[in-house]
Amino acid sequence: MADRPPVDDWTSDFDHTDPRWVNDPFPIWDDLRQRCPVAHTGRYGGVYFPSRYADVRAIAYDPEHFSSRRVVVRETPVPAASPPITSDPPAHGPARRLLLPAFSPAAVKRLEPRTREICVELIDRLVGRASCDAAVDYAQHVPVRVIAHMLGLPEADGDRFRTWIHMALEEGITDAARNRQAIGEMEAYFREQVARRRAAPGEDLISFLLGAELDGRPLGEAHLLGTLRLLLIAGIDTTWSAIGASLWHLAAHPADRRRLVAEPGLIATALEEFLRAYAPVTMAREVAKETALGGCTFAPGQMVLLSFPAANRDPAAFPDADRVVIDRAENRHAAFGLGIHRCLGSNLARMELRVALEEWLRRIPDFSLAAATVSWSQGTVRGPRRLPVRFGPAGALGEAPGRP
Amino acid sequence: MTNEPTGLTVRVDRDRCQGHNRCHALAPELFELDEHGYSTAVGRGAVPPALEAKARLAVANCPEHAVRLVEPIAR
Repeated sequence: MADRPPVDDWTSDFDHTDPRWVNDPFPIWDDLRQRCPVAHTGRYGGVYFPSRYADVRAIAYDPEHFSSRRVVVRETPVPAASPPITSDPPAHGPARRLLLPAFSPAAVKRLEPRTREICVELIDRLVGRASCDAAVDYAQHVPVRVIAHMLGLPEADGDRFRTWIHMALEEGITDAARNRQAIGEMEAYFREQVARRRAAPGEDLISFLLGAELDGRPLGEAHLLGTLRLLLIAGIDTTWSAIGASLWHLAAHPADRRRLVAEPGLIATALEEFLRAYAPVTMAREVAKETALGGCTFAPGQMVLLSFPAANRDPAAFPDADRVVIDRAENRHAAFGLGIHRCLGSNLARMELRVALEEWLRRIPDFSLAAATVSWSQGTVRGPRRLPVRFGPAGALGEAPGRP
Repeated sequence: MTNEPTGLTVRVDRDRCQGHNRCHALAPELFELDEHGYSTAVGRGAVPPALEAKARLAVANCPEHAVRLVEPIAR
């Protein structure tokens, strides 16, 4: 599937997997936002690309015309329901409410100690080294191990989870067989995990779902497996990408890095700005009914790339939208979406991102990029897949230094 | 800074709230969350002078524009 002609005109023939878009999408989006606020392509079965915050917001608020029955743009549509992300009202509400308590701020707070332990262990492994790959050696491990912990899965299975995600969300955009293989392997894995818990229920999220009821009945198998696939996929690549992008920014911007080291209390504000500027997730919708928006008519059956990252860079919504301002006080960014599909895991993601940055900066306060370019993932989730960094002369500190 | 009550009240529009948790994270004294993570103003939403800045931050950071600051009625 590699013989795609290169893009000549982004307004009528964009390709979000083109290397230029993958490596540096922001200038392309800025140009489109001015010249052609709802771009289109005939690739991938026909896709629209609105880049203004106002239009993205309007679409997110309109499930009647923009259905979530498909949320990933692929060359070949794959019917794979994962409630509630693929649910529209009225099924959406109850399926989502079932999961909300497990991801509430209070529930997430209880996971913070384990998350911090995981980050400390990962940095312990870097003591004595002069460099590392911050994505491979740190960022990608944190969310995998945290979601595994929540689901009651062995943290050692992390490599399998990462492989499935790569197959489903990257290769699987153009290779339908790889996507089906990933889905099949995940289903087999979760069927076994479910069977074990039917025999011996635990305290984990899978056991909770087994005991849960919707409309007075236990969840059907398709719903259960679809939701478990979603929790695994959604919990991993996304947060890893946010951690990686944040570390990439700090490696490349020493003044910001030094400031966060000196003022760890600013990390909570800075991470909101990293989420705005480097938002990892682009969602999608299928046009369910013809409608007009942003000067464009949307034809049923085609897809819409719902780019919260592009919306976050709209100067009409954010002053200095193209500058990363780590103490930006007013920041109602859309990295976690808008409307009824607001990311269920947003509290968990924020906590992981904050703790991962706190622990890294506490013990590796001095680091810089060791490579001229960084390789970014393509497709639904954007993050640095490789992030070679070199440490300063003090290296990775052996124990958390006392604070004055 | 005066100790006079501001007369400001903070309100959360429950139809718009999607549980982003920005308001409660920025101003935990002014907002409380239910078990699903949806927000409501604490008590009657009165904003004392010491919390006015935080209240304004909460309003400015809600992605759904669900949080409002209601000014006192001018006489």
